[in-house]
Amino acid sequence: MTTRDLWEETYSAVTVNKVRTSLTMLGIVIGIASVIAMVAIGQGSQSSIQSSIQSLGANLLMVTPGAQRAFGSMVRAQPGSAETLTPDDADAIVSGVDNITAIAREVSGRYQIVYKSNNTNASVVGTEASYATVRNVTMDEGDFITDADVTNSSRNAVIGQTVLASLFATTENASPTPDMAIGNTIRINGNNFKVVGVTATSTVANNDIYVPLSTAQHILVGSDKYLSEVDVEASSQSTMTQVQNDITNLLLTRHKISDSSSADFTVTNQSEIVSAASSVTSTFTTLLAAIASISLLVGGIGIMNMMLTTVTERTREIGLRKALGAKERDITLQFLSESVLMTFVGGIIGVILGWLIAIAISYFESISTSISIPYVLMAFGVSAAIGIIFGYYPARRAAKLNPIEALRYE
Amino acid sequence: MSNIIECRNIKKVYRNGDIETVVLKGITFSVEEGEFVAIMGPSGSGKSTMMHILGALDTPTSGEYLLDGKNIAQMSQDELSEIRLDKIGFVFQAFNLLPRATVLRNVALPLIYAGVPKAERERIAEQCLTESAFPKEFWNHYSNQISGGMMQRVAIARSLVNNPSMILADEPTGNLDSVTGEIVLHTFQSLNVEHGKTIVLITHESYVAEHADRIIHILDGQILSDEMNQHKRIAGHETQPIK
Repeated sequence: MTTRDLWEETYSAVTVNKVRTSLTMLGIVIGIASVIAMVAIGQGSQSSIQSSIQSLGANLLMVTPGAQRAFGSMVRAQPGSAETLTPDDADAIVSGVDNITAIAREVSGRYQIVYKSNNTNASVVGTEASYATVRNVTMDEGDFITDADVTNSSRNAVIGQTVLASLFATTENASPTPDMAIGNTIRINGNNFKVVGVTATSTVANNDIYVPLSTAQHILVGSDKYLSEVDVEASSQSTMTQVQNDITNLLLTRHKISDSSSADFTVTNQSEIVSAASSVTSTFTTLLAAIASISLLVGGIGIMNMMLTTVTERTREIGLRKALGAKERDITLQFLSESVLMTFVGGIIGVILGWLIAIAISYFESISTSISIPYVLMAFGVSAAIGIIFGYYPARRAAKLNPIEALRYE
Repeated sequence: MSNIIECRNIKKVYRNGDIETVVLKGITFSVEEGEFVAIMGPSGSGKSTMMHILGALDTPTSGEYLLDGKNIAQMSQDELSEIRLDKIGFVFQAFNLLPRATVLRNVALPLIYAGVPKAERERIAEQCLTESAFPKEFWNHYSNQISGGMMQRVAIARSLVNNPSMILADEPTGNLDSVTGEIVLHTFQSLNVEHGKTIVLITHESYVAEHADRIIHILDGQILSDEMNQHKRIAGHETQPIK
């Protein structure tokens, strides 16, 4: 039996009962489409989470003071609350570690902010001009804190979008524009600051206010001995590990700690956060795909059911073919190719449908989706495999029919 | 002339639990090339079982069956398929054509399994349809759109297509009225006389059996008689219209 003959026999067999064939195929279509759509949602959220972490800053390392623990106590205070990171540590990092392109020192705290009759609670970050580069801060309007601001301890403030909305909203205007804020004076913890800039909407820092480092130390914290964070930008992705290790060793030496497990500071590598988030989202993707696979499995059982019915219906035909000289292999191949044809065509339609669903979801629900070619190819492979797996038993059953019984079958 | 069929002491026993049913009790006969033989017997005589063994659809419990010089008594299913494909042309009582397939495709069907290319298949099929005097205007009709008599002639053409050693016809007129039955019998006779085909016809009707040259009577799994037919009937079809 040549391939072409096999194809002709298969095609004429599956087109005989078009309604039944389409309904059976629908099971596979739904299965494949839901796998494709679910994986697209999973991968889309993975890439959007990754890009929002990346937007914190490129090649970023964050040095924070460790949690303070009283000797012998089991109680651990909030990380970053310890006063173990000093401006001298930051200077030592600048001079002692290679492959650093920028560094930004910060002190931060939450304070009550007041403008006229509005007030809000926001995170106030005292920092330097380099913070904008290191943490990827973009401005909506106005300017970020400058080096001159830090030198002069000027009382300038840069506010985030949420702060803008909560302080400058009026009864007439619920969504104030940046120029309504710039030039006005707000009170942070009772101290006057002039708004000089508004940052653009970001994924994480909308409820932040930035003030010069020196001003924050003197007016808000009341001490210039400690920092609450040092952000370090490494020169490239590949030097991040080296920079991280060097900073750790440097600070361990400076703080006279021999055992790295009892370090009083933490160096967080941004790529570690990305990979942690990725492993969460890939678990999530796998879960979605696994749920969708159940419908694919049900579709496969549908194929098997239909093929068994077909074999019973065509018992006489099978008997005739065997009597005329068809071998078991010929019959097996014929029925197997019928089920594979159905699952394969169902797979193609399913991929297209799943793709459309993914596009529709990102259009209407603004959940980002992304379709990857390997998954599409895998879906084809899986649908063909389902045809073989679920078609094999009915095909063997057909091939094993006794021609005498089959010819006699009514 | 060489023997196409040689049966030596063929026995067939069916076992159903503890109950043994002996259907064939030792059948011995041979058929020469070019013979037209009728195997006759009432239902329950074992002639269907005999037909299955002769047609390589089943194997005997004991005994030897040489088809065209090959002992096929102990072959596997796939080897038997090969034998059926090469050496036997079947004509069944219920015609057994593929519905939803044209006459031409039905006739060419066995050649698919012999791996003959499509163009060649159709050429051979057309030749066989001509040999069995099947009107050309119906060649591209679907097999379920033609009459029973026509269907059986399609089946006869199909049995010729692999150039078999013998044609095995199982009650070929059983589902037909006497007029169309006559046409079918005429087709067999002309294939035998004009084209020298070996034909084995299984029937329970003596009228049908009398169209053969030799009649073998089977009763209770044994050969009752095996003699030349002295009063051979010649099926006439010129006086009868086809259809």
